[in-house]
Amino acid sequence: MAGQVVTGSRSGLRSALPLLLPAYLWLTVAIFLPLSAMVFFSFMTELPLSGRAWSFTLDNYATFFSQGLYWTLLLASLRLGLEVTLWCVVIGYPAAYVLAKVFRGRSREAIFLLVILPFWSNGLVRIFSWAMVLREGGILDTALNAVLPFKINIDLMYSYPAVIIGLVHSYVPYMVLTCYLTLQAIDDSLIEAGRSLGASRLQMLKRVIIPLSMPGLVAGAALIFVPVVGSFMEPRILGGRTGTFYGTVIEDQFVAVFNWPLGAALSFILLAVVLVILALASPVLKRVA
Amino acid sequence: MATTRILEWCGRLYIWLLLAFLYLPIIIMALMSFNVSPFYQLPFEWTTEWYASLWLNDQLISATWNSIEIAIITTVISTVLGSAASLALYRHEFRGKKALQALLFPPIAIPWLITGTAMLIFFFGVGIGRGLFAILLGHVALALPYVIVVVSARLQTFAPELEEAARSLGANQWQVTSRVTLPWIMPGVIAGGLFAFAVSFDQFVVSYFLSTPGQTTLPVEIYAAIRKGFTPEINAVSTIIIVVSMALMLLTARSFKFGGEK
Repeated sequence: MAGQVVTGSRSGLRSALPLLLPAYLWLTVAIFLPLSAMVFFSFMTELPLSGRAWSFTLDNYATFFSQGLYWTLLLASLRLGLEVTLWCVVIGYPAAYVLAKVFRGRSREAIFLLVILPFWSNGLVRIFSWAMVLREGGILDTALNAVLPFKINIDLMYSYPAVIIGLVHSYVPYMVLTCYLTLQAIDDSLIEAGRSLGASRLQMLKRVIIPLSMPGLVAGAALIFVPVVGSFMEPRILGGRTGTFYGTVIEDQFVAVFNWPLGAALSFILLAVVLVILALASPVLKRVA
Repeated sequence: MATTRILEWCGRLYIWLLLAFLYLPIIIMALMSFNVSPFYQLPFEWTTEWYASLWLNDQLISATWNSIEIAIITTVISTVLGSAASLALYRHEFRGKKALQALLFPPIAIPWLITGTAMLIFFFGVGIGRGLFAILLGHVALALPYVIVVVSARLQTFAPELEEAARSLGANQWQVTSRVTLPWIMPGVIAGGLFAFAVSFDQFVVSYFLSTPGQTTLPVEIYAAIRKGFTPEINAVSTIIIVVSMALMLLTARSFKFGGEK
C-alpha cells in the first residue's frame, strides 16, 4: 500500500485530518448513516413522519420469515445470481485466457479496452437494447426466419432467459477483467516447462492455469453475484410478468406499496446475505487488489 | 505446431464472437433510432425525425440538463475531496488507517438497491427529502471511493524523496503540494474525475429512489419511458447517452492505464 512514508512530526492522524475529514464526513452522511438508519427503521411499525405514532416491532422480520413468498423470491434471486455468475465464468474465462495468452501488444490492449468499454457505459440503456433483439418481430426473430427454411417464432422477450441474457451481457466484462489480470500474471515459461515435461493441454489447464487464476475467478464471481442478487431494473425491463425477484419486491415497497419499514427489513436481510458472501470472498479479493 | 495454430485461430474467432455479443444489441438499438417505423419494422428507412422530436420533449431536456449539472458538480466535489483524502492517506501513518481504507469498499460493493433505499429513508428522516440535492449527495458519495482508489494508485508511483527535496530547497507545504505532488498525480486526478463523471452520469438506481416527478435525471426519465412502452425516441436518447459515456471512458483509458502500469 501507499504511505510507508513517515516524516517525523508530519505524521499522525491529527495532521491527516484536515484532508481526510471532508471526504469521510460525506461518506458518513450519505452512506454509513443511511445504512444504519435503514436497520433502525426496519424495526419500526411506521415511519416517524407527519406525526404518526410508531413503536418498535419485529413484525417486519416476522413477515419475511413467515410468508413463504419472500423466502421464495430471495431464493429465486440467489439462483439468478448463481446462474448469471456461471454463464459469466463459462463465457468470460476463455476470453480472458485468449486475451492474456494469444493476443500480443497493441491489439491486445485495444481488444481489452473494447471488452470492458460497454461495462462502463450506461447499464440501463444496454438492458433496453436487448429488447430490440429479443422481442417478437425483433432482430433475432427476423434474422432467423430469413435464414431458416421453415417459419419459427422467436419471442424471448419477457421471459427468464431474457433476464439471464441481459444480465450476462451486463456483467461478463467484469469476469474477463478480473480473470485477465490473474492470467496475465502467469509466466509463459511455466506453461512451456509443464508442456515440455509431458503434460497435456488439459492437464496444464486443470493443474496449473486454473489454480493459479483462481483468485481472479473468485473475485469476478463475487463482484457479479452480489449486484445480480440485488438487481431489479433488469428483470423489470426484460422479464415482464416473469421478472418478479427479491429486488423488484424491495423496489415495490418503496415506490408502489409505500411500506418502507418492510422495505427496510427486506433490504437489510439482503445486505446481510451480501455481507456474508463478501466476507467469504474477501481473503481472495484482497489478494487480487 | 499445427494444433497450436488452430487453437489460437479458434481463440481469436471466439474473442470476435464475444465482441459481437457485447456490441450488436447496442448497434441495433442505435440503428433503430434512425428507422422510420415507430414499431421498429423492417425494411430500414433512414430518418432523423426521432432525434428532432427529442428537442420538443421538454421533460427529457430538463432531465438531461439535470444529469449534466449533477455530473459536473459531482465530478468537481468528489475529485477535490477524494484527491485530498488520497494525499492524506499517502503521507501520514496513523492507527486505523487500514480501517479507513477498508471503509471505501462497502459503497462500491453493496448493491445500489440497498444504498439507494437506505439513502431515501435517511434523507427523508432528517428532512433533506428527495430531489436534485439528495441525488447530488448520493452521487458524490458513490464517486468518492473510485476517485480515492484511482488517485491512490497513481500516488504509489510517486517518489516521496521529491517532496523531501522540494522541502529542503525551501518550499513550503502549499508549494510542495501544488508544484511537485499535484503535477505528478494529475493523470490520476483526471482519470478519477472522469470516473466520477461516468458514475454520476450513468447512475440510475440511486437517482431513481431519490428523484421526484419534477426533479429527475435522464436515466430515471428513460426508465419511466421504457415502462410505458418502447418508442424510437427512447432509442435516440439512449444512443446519445451510450456514445457520450463510451467517449468518456475512452478518454479515461487514455489518461489512466487499467491495471495501474504506467
